[in-house]
Amino acid sequence: MNLPCPNCGVRPITEFLYGELTSVPDAITDADARDVDRAFMRNNPQGPQTERWFHVYGCRRWITLQRDTRTDEVL
Amino acid sequence: MNEFIEQRVSLTWQQPKKSYDVVIIGGGGHGLAAAYYLATRHGITNVAVLERSYIGGGNSGRNTTIIRSNYGIPEAVRFYQRSVDLYATLEAETDRWVMHKEKGMIGLAHSEANMRVEKARAAVNTAFGAKTDWIGPDEVKKMCPELDMTGGGHYPVVGAAYHHSGATARHDRVVWAFAEGAMKRGAHVHQRIEVTGLQIAGNRVTGVQTTQGDIAAGAVLCAVGGHVTSVAAMAGLRLPIRTHQLQAFVTNHYERTFAPILSSGPLLFYVSQTARGEMLMGAEIDRQPSYSYRSDYKFLQGCAFRAVTLLPFLRNLQVLRQWTGVCDMSPDYSPIMGQTGVEGFYITTGWGTWGFKAIPASGEQLAAAISTGKTPDLIAPFSLDRFALDRTMADRGSAGTH
Repeated sequence: MNLPCPNCGVRPITEFLYGELTSVPDAITDADARDVDRAFMRNNPQGPQTERWFHVYGCRRWITLQRDTRTDEVL
Repeated sequence: MNEFIEQRVSLTWQQPKKSYDVVIIGGGGHGLAAAYYLATRHGITNVAVLERSYIGGGNSGRNTTIIRSNYGIPEAVRFYQRSVDLYATLEAETDRWVMHKEKGMIGLAHSEANMRVEKARAAVNTAFGAKTDWIGPDEVKKMCPELDMTGGGHYPVVGAAYHHSGATARHDRVVWAFAEGAMKRGAHVHQRIEVTGLQIAGNRVTGVQTTQGDIAAGAVLCAVGGHVTSVAAMAGLRLPIRTHQLQAFVTNHYERTFAPILSSGPLLFYVSQTARGEMLMGAEIDRQPSYSYRSDYKFLQGCAFRAVTLLPFLRNLQVLRQWTGVCDMSPDYSPIMGQTGVEGFYITTGWGTWGFKAIPASGEQLAAAISTGKTPDLIAPFSLDRFALDRTMADRGSAGTH
């Protein structure tokens, strides 16, 4: 599997570290519940997900991309 | 028992009814075991197991079939030891040969720090009923003569924690034994029915919506692997779960007996021999969440490198098959079992890379929880609300990858 790095071109995934983006749903309003959600709960979507990757063995910059978690296709 | 004289598994398929006492979502090991123990231990047979594909076709068919209880925290050791004990008597109980074989498991230590961890593990295991001994390098070499004791020069073997009850069983046969046992007593197992929604009245689950119509239920157990976040969302629940890929592969057969299960924590690598003589090995999960069943060369390369570091003879074998399963990883590397806050909706998930070994105990304990309405002590520490209560069961070090 390869990822497109805007600085280095298409590079193998082994050069990157995965960085997660989390979000707490607006429906959760209680402050404590929001803290618990932020700390532990995950969206874990089946389909397109926006995520961050750190090109550790390359340009050493963070990149943002969309990947379909069902197929691992970068969108 | 012998494979050649045993009777074929008799599975009797029924038409789905409009209503059941208990509906179990997911016809893998965990779901079928729950149905089996509901029938045999609690006399509850008005049960349906709904499987969207075929039974055992998901992650029950994609694991590496290791059974062990050498975990790092007392609650986990007790729970998995229950599972080890149930596995040991499963053949006698179901009258089915599940190819259960006690082999022992060697957990290698490669450094001073590593040795302390493995010695502590041996102590906590033994204290809570899972016999584990610290053994020196000479004994390790005797048990596993193929091992390169220098670990390719980088991972010298300084000793190991030897877990006596480490075992393997045949995954399909375990699934079929539980399915047959449950069906024989009147439980229904439905293949090719997918749950599309849950019926909720107030804060209580009353049934499931499926691709073949609605089914009313007194209680619903979600025993899904991989798609659990979506099923929980149907009940309005958020889960602390990320789904990752885990890959494994087997070689062609090795002509000698490779007795124990061998595992190395620092190398994140483990290997065992299947009944056909194939060497079965795996490593760690892929870092990024994914639901894809596609396996890749990167994994094969990395895992094979670790394999030959410890066991140089593997260089002479060929890779036969490689496959991928998906694992529901919890933040503390422990499972999540029991009630969910939605009445009548039970869950068993967070089975990460340690689901197969837990099949009988998880089934038994959830059957008890469903039939009595009370969470048994054995699984109470693994409740879903432990995260909000700040009582996580952190056990990453012994979850390993198998």
